[in-house]
Amino acid sequence: MTQLLKMAFRNLGRNRRRSLLSALAVAMGLALLVLMASFVAGEIQGTLTNTIRLESGHLQVRAASYDENKVSLDWKDLVADPASIVAQLQSLPEVQVASPRLIASGIVTMGDQSRGVQVIGIDPASAANLPFQQGLVAGQFLQPDDREGVLIGKPLADKLKLSVGDQINLLVNLSDGGVDQQLFTIRGIYTTNTSSYDENTVFLPLAKAQAFTGAQDHASTIFVMLQNRDQAPAVAAAVQSPGFQVLTWEKMNELVVQLEDFANAYMVILYLIVLGITATVVTNTLVMAVYERTREVGVLAAIGMKGRSIMTEFLFEAALLATGGVIGGLILGSLVVAYFAHYGFYIGNYGISGMLLGDAIYPVLTLQNLVVLAVITYVITLVGSLYPAIMAARMEPVEALHAQ
Amino acid sequence: MEVTKVIDATRDFKVGEVETHALRGINLSVGSGEFTALVGPSGSGKTTLLQLIGLLDQPSSGSVLINGKDATHLNRDQRADLRRASIGFIFQFFALIPTLTAYENIELPLLLNGVKPAERRARVAEMLEAVGLTDRAHHRPDQLSGGQQQRVAVARALSIRPSMVLADEPTANLDTENGRQVMEIMQRLNRDTKTTFVFATHDPRVIKYANRVVTLRDGLVVEDNGNGRKPSGK
Repeated sequence: MTQLLKMAFRNLGRNRRRSLLSALAVAMGLALLVLMASFVAGEIQGTLTNTIRLESGHLQVRAASYDENKVSLDWKDLVADPASIVAQLQSLPEVQVASPRLIASGIVTMGDQSRGVQVIGIDPASAANLPFQQGLVAGQFLQPDDREGVLIGKPLADKLKLSVGDQINLLVNLSDGGVDQQLFTIRGIYTTNTSSYDENTVFLPLAKAQAFTGAQDHASTIFVMLQNRDQAPAVAAAVQSPGFQVLTWEKMNELVVQLEDFANAYMVILYLIVLGITATVVTNTLVMAVYERTREVGVLAAIGMKGRSIMTEFLFEAALLATGGVIGGLILGSLVVAYFAHYGFYIGNYGISGMLLGDAIYPVLTLQNLVVLAVITYVITLVGSLYPAIMAARMEPVEALHAQ
Repeated sequence: MEVTKVIDATRDFKVGEVETHALRGINLSVGSGEFTALVGPSGSGKTTLLQLIGLLDQPSSGSVLINGKDATHLNRDQRADLRRASIGFIFQFFALIPTLTAYENIELPLLLNGVKPAERRARVAEMLEAVGLTDRAHHRPDQLSGGQQQRVAVARALSIRPSMVLADEPTANLDTENGRQVMEIMQRLNRDTKTTFVFATHDPRVIKYANRVVTLRDGLVVEDNGNGRKPSGK
């Protein structure tokens, strides 16, 4: 075996350029797979993180009859006395922060331009709203007792050519089914680097939103962040009570979770296509080697080397090529992923209903992905080399010896 | 003792619609220690006969025996096993493995036969000395002259101490001096080790080294000076 391995290693050196190019093809194929897998993982993870951080939280407590698609402000669909529920939730050790939010539909008008928006009343002092405070790019954050201030997203500000201090007309639906409008002053402009969210969401202090919409001291939902998102099902079960629905992040983000499964299945097809092309390169290299060394194969057979040993020697050559290619691919792929993981890959406003995709993708490389892809690449390369190896093993010595 | 015996062997080749009868019924017996030349013009069948004796090919009809055992219908692996243990080859084109040194080329058949390291080292050293290439042991074929490569091939063929060595036009690619040296080495080793040599050639300078000459023409043995042979048993 050692002799066969030695021969295989030296045979690769007979045409170094070809061997290097073949290994490079394997490396590029694997690097591409690593990149694709990391981008998909990063996109899914980023989307989930965004959605949890900005919209769903780890848990939400709502009135049993509340439907987020209808954005009802009817008191029967809202949570009464949200403050006491928040206090009860905050007393749980698993809960990091709980905060009430009122959600309404609205239209922002500036001159002859208007945009439909989601109006969210928030408690500016709550840590749950830190992402918006930390995302301020201009002006100041809201104050709890502000009656005329509004926080808008940067994309919306850019589209309507608004700045801090400008006034906008905000029209909202009311709890009694009517509508009302008022001039608001832009206190601050924020960004969460999620264009689809920032362009369609404006914030008011909760008290103002409740008064403006007629919701009084009601809230659409209690937004809850936990110490660990894995605790969500247990906490949801613990706080569930009649008249309320308690939703976990998994339930609220079913689309994203399903998308992850779909993406993984789709990626398998792409993997096979990429690896098929890569394996073809190695197969071609070895077929050429077999044809070039036909007479040599005949000599080996003549001195008594059996077909399976001849086949093993060629498989060793493929294995060495695959090893070099896999190592190179892992290094190359990891480096590219590391670069984009740091700087991000800008995709812009890629809004999909029900999902908050960030403006940039930050790929995530997992050890599982690395190992699985490396093994698959290795195996498929070896499978691709079976044809030339078997071809060499089955040569009749007398025919091989007479080859030119 | 008979090392090889060919009984009524024929070998036909079909290329497209054309059928060629390379051998038309060969009967030949080679004893232990012989130094036999198969001679004849191109197309006479000497290389084909050598291939049958060496189990590189199988007859279309007839039999081939090696050391008394019928090897006619062995499968590919079984023929490889028999070649590995009993038959050495020397080719016109030297046929060394280019990525292995002289030492490693001679060692290869010993490795294939599972010879232990210490004995391998001893035999390789012995063979290198026998062909006068001890100082070239770690040179690769592209660092050796044609004559030196063929001497390595001779050493490789004999390293396993075979029953017989088959050489197909061993001097065809050598100049006169190198060809003389190779033949003298083969003759000396035949004498010293009593290994049977059978070689195919049409070179009259080579034929003179043989103590038996079998002449082929059109796939048949037309002359055999077997009376002139001086077989010496092992």
